[in-house]
Amino acid sequence: MIQTEIAVLRFGLGARPGDLAAAAGDPRAWLMAQIKGAVPLAGNIPLALSDQIFTAVLAAREAAQEMKRESAGQSATATASASATASASATFSVTTPAAAPAFNPVRDAYLPHYRAQVLARAQSAALTTRPFAERLVHFWTNHFAVSADKGAVFGVAGTLENEAIRPHVAGRFVDLLIAVEQHPAMIAFLDNQYSVGKDSDLARLAARHEARSRMGGPRTTARDKPKREFGINENLAREILELHTLGVNGGYTQSDVTTFAQIITGWSIGGGKGRLAGGIPGRFYFRDNLHEPGAKTLLGKTYHEDGRGQGEAVLADLARHPATARFIATKLVRHFVADDPPPAAVERVARAFLKTGGDLPQVYAALIASPEAWDAEMRKFKTPEDFVFSTLRALNVSPSQPEEVVRSFDLLGQRQYTPGSPAGWPDTAKSWDGSDALMRRVLWASRVAGRYEQGLDPVDLAASSVGAYARAETVTALRRASSASQALALLLMSPEFQRR
Amino acid sequence: MHAYHVDKARRRFLLSTGALAASAALPHVLFARTGGSARLVVMILRGALDGLAAVPPYADPNYAGLHRTLAIAAPGVADGALALDNTFGLHPSFAFLYERYLAGELVVFHAVASPYRDRSHFDGQNVLENGLTKPVGSADGWLNRALAALPRGTGRPGERAVAISQNVPLILRGDTPVISKSPQATPDVDEDLLARLADLYSKDDWFSARLSEAVQTEKLADERSTQADAPAMTAPPAAPDRVGGVARMAAALMRSEGGPEVAVIEASGWDTHANQGGAKGALAQRLTGLDKALRALKDELGPLWQQTAVLVVTEFGRTAAVNGTQGTDHGTGGCALLAGGAVRGGRVIADWPGLARTALLDNRDLRPTLDLRSVFKAVLDEHMRVDAKTLASRIFPDSSGARPLQGLIRA
Repeated sequence: MIQTEIAVLRFGLGARPGDLAAAAGDPRAWLMAQIKGAVPLAGNIPLALSDQIFTAVLAAREAAQEMKRESAGQSATATASASATASASATFSVTTPAAAPAFNPVRDAYLPHYRAQVLARAQSAALTTRPFAERLVHFWTNHFAVSADKGAVFGVAGTLENEAIRPHVAGRFVDLLIAVEQHPAMIAFLDNQYSVGKDSDLARLAARHEARSRMGGPRTTARDKPKREFGINENLAREILELHTLGVNGGYTQSDVTTFAQIITGWSIGGGKGRLAGGIPGRFYFRDNLHEPGAKTLLGKTYHEDGRGQGEAVLADLARHPATARFIATKLVRHFVADDPPPAAVERVARAFLKTGGDLPQVYAALIASPEAWDAEMRKFKTPEDFVFSTLRALNVSPSQPEEVVRSFDLLGQRQYTPGSPAGWPDTAKSWDGSDALMRRVLWASRVAGRYEQGLDPVDLAASSVGAYARAETVTALRRASSASQALALLLMSPEFQRR
Repeated sequence: MHAYHVDKARRRFLLSTGALAASAALPHVLFARTGGSARLVVMILRGALDGLAAVPPYADPNYAGLHRTLAIAAPGVADGALALDNTFGLHPSFAFLYERYLAGELVVFHAVASPYRDRSHFDGQNVLENGLTKPVGSADGWLNRALAALPRGTGRPGERAVAISQNVPLILRGDTPVISKSPQATPDVDEDLLARLADLYSKDDWFSARLSEAVQTEKLADERSTQADAPAMTAPPAAPDRVGGVARMAAALMRSEGGPEVAVIEASGWDTHANQGGAKGALAQRLTGLDKALRALKDELGPLWQQTAVLVVTEFGRTAAVNGTQGTDHGTGGCALLAGGAVRGGRVIADWPGLARTALLDNRDLRPTLDLRSVFKAVLDEHMRVDAKTLASRIFPDSSGARPLQGLIRA
């Protein structure tokens, strides 16, 4: 039954030996059973939480600065002159990845966490008994992309997936959305932590201070240095509208972006010093003194002043907006059906989204109920992620060293948690089908084959990994191969294994 | 021929840079076209480069007040701009580019933008690359469409353009085959395995086409392999900027026998919403990397630099005013660069709208006064000898308002 293969290969992450048999009775029921409840990591890698990691990185950074000060023999006054704002913002500032591999306390403190997260993710993909739910986790991680190539979030990029997405992937979209936008990795990635309202308490206090000091006698230091201007940063607000909810053609304007940025001023991260002290270090913290007060009008609706609640009210409305339903439905259908999403399927999924107010299991059910998703032709070219995870499953192995996972994705061009932009990795073949990329797949396949061929029968493996999709010419090629290792490489590179 | 922007710029530069500006006034016909042996490198800076930092309009009375801590000081003071003329400078990180400017091999465009007027990176990049006025509507890129219209050149058919990346970016996608090659060293794949794969793909056209392309590219790269660009595969995710290696690889491929005449390079990391820095800092480091990459490109091209034009473009500019987090948000007008031995440079081309509040677009952005397509068309016309009709119809449809600039390429 080709439907079994579709459920396991297209909706899931590829077949481990036995997976096809397990799904064979009722493939749709096999899928539906997976989308209940949170989706914890499978595997056994202990991971630190985002607040622990942020706190450790902050400590490492301060220790390094202390050392630097001592070795430079700078006076204590110079240190004190750095304002509370400056030192706090430095905590999460962009450490330029362009820096040489010299001593970089932030990167060094982050690195083990990044590696552990990457390994845990690969193990989970290799071992999970809910591969459809796991694929959905990956889908949402990519939808709400944070990129570890920004130095400030390098070691917490993976925590967004584990802390904000896994608990809500089979819940309501609004809860997923709020959890993501209030996750410290997202706040830091899109620079919202020090976005300040012009009429916020902090800005007013600073203005009064400025006025007082202007009246009081001669200026002492830094006369020519322009003072820090308080204001908003639009980044998070824009990407929520453009990439997370309405979509770029969702009907908002620049003025909506600006207003929304004002609404979420104060959405920040705990820790800091002086006027920016407060909250639990490394956790989401609403800084009332940064928040732009007052009622604000967004997309024609007025939101009364409600502190943190004002932004949450906006997210709640965005989460059930028709443009959001359509945008999410389009992306889901593109991911599961075809690069050019069939309109009928998009329509069905969008309707389910709207009708249920974004109840995700019912949205997924509409996808499963779409006949287009069960077309026998494999229309999705696997991404490197798909390719690696399905290979692990086919070979029934789970990686134990972070290095092998990190290097694999490095070679294949999809460094984990590093899409490079808030739009996430592209989800169409034309972004992955370069000739150079194909050669890298061949190289990786032959390396993996060399390592794991022992005791494997490639023809059996074809049956257990691609089932009825195995073509006669592939099986013949496997039989004729000059070695088991070569046969395995051929299987992994066969069109039926490269697609889903 | 009417060329409004150039006329305006020329007027300014007759006043400011004398001789060089005067030569800009010579009629187009006097300049032989590069053609045949011409090389073109397009470098896409993804993330929206701050044109007001890269090319500071230091003499604009509103510049320092808007860009504040991110502003580059006027020439002559420490960390000041490298003077291009009485209005504009280059960021102090651009040592190589400044040399080229003084050597008459760099044109700087300012207040320039693609036709895109919203502020999404992704749509902005689509418009930059698809050559249309809208982000959707074309699955191929203008540079690929231009390839089909190139006169016969030195590159092997099917290999006349290369994307220095694992996959082909939109600007080079389309019906004309191109190759992609990334600078990380890929050890040779067993030839027997490749032969068997070719057999395995024989009934699958899609895979078949890609594999034969990949095998061709490998051969080409083997003929001209460079030692310099083989970083170890152990780089952690916060990887050092690799654009220098990418540029060297592009040059090495281009100067190989029958190698590509056109290359596309991408560099990311320009989306400076926070802690952008000024003469020093995060953006300055990026700009230094870009400058070094361009120097590496020239060095590696050797004599071929004389036949080369390098276009450096980004999807849009950034806000004129600094934001609340010592950075800049998405804007509209910005800068673009055209460098190379084939370029008739030493000029700034800008119909400068100014940064007064009333002059800004939507009260926030540098207002564009020059369409990037006017630059693209000029380079394709004068340098690559693509005929004007095809340029105006197939390559840049709906671009009648964006007439090609003239005299950008030397005799």
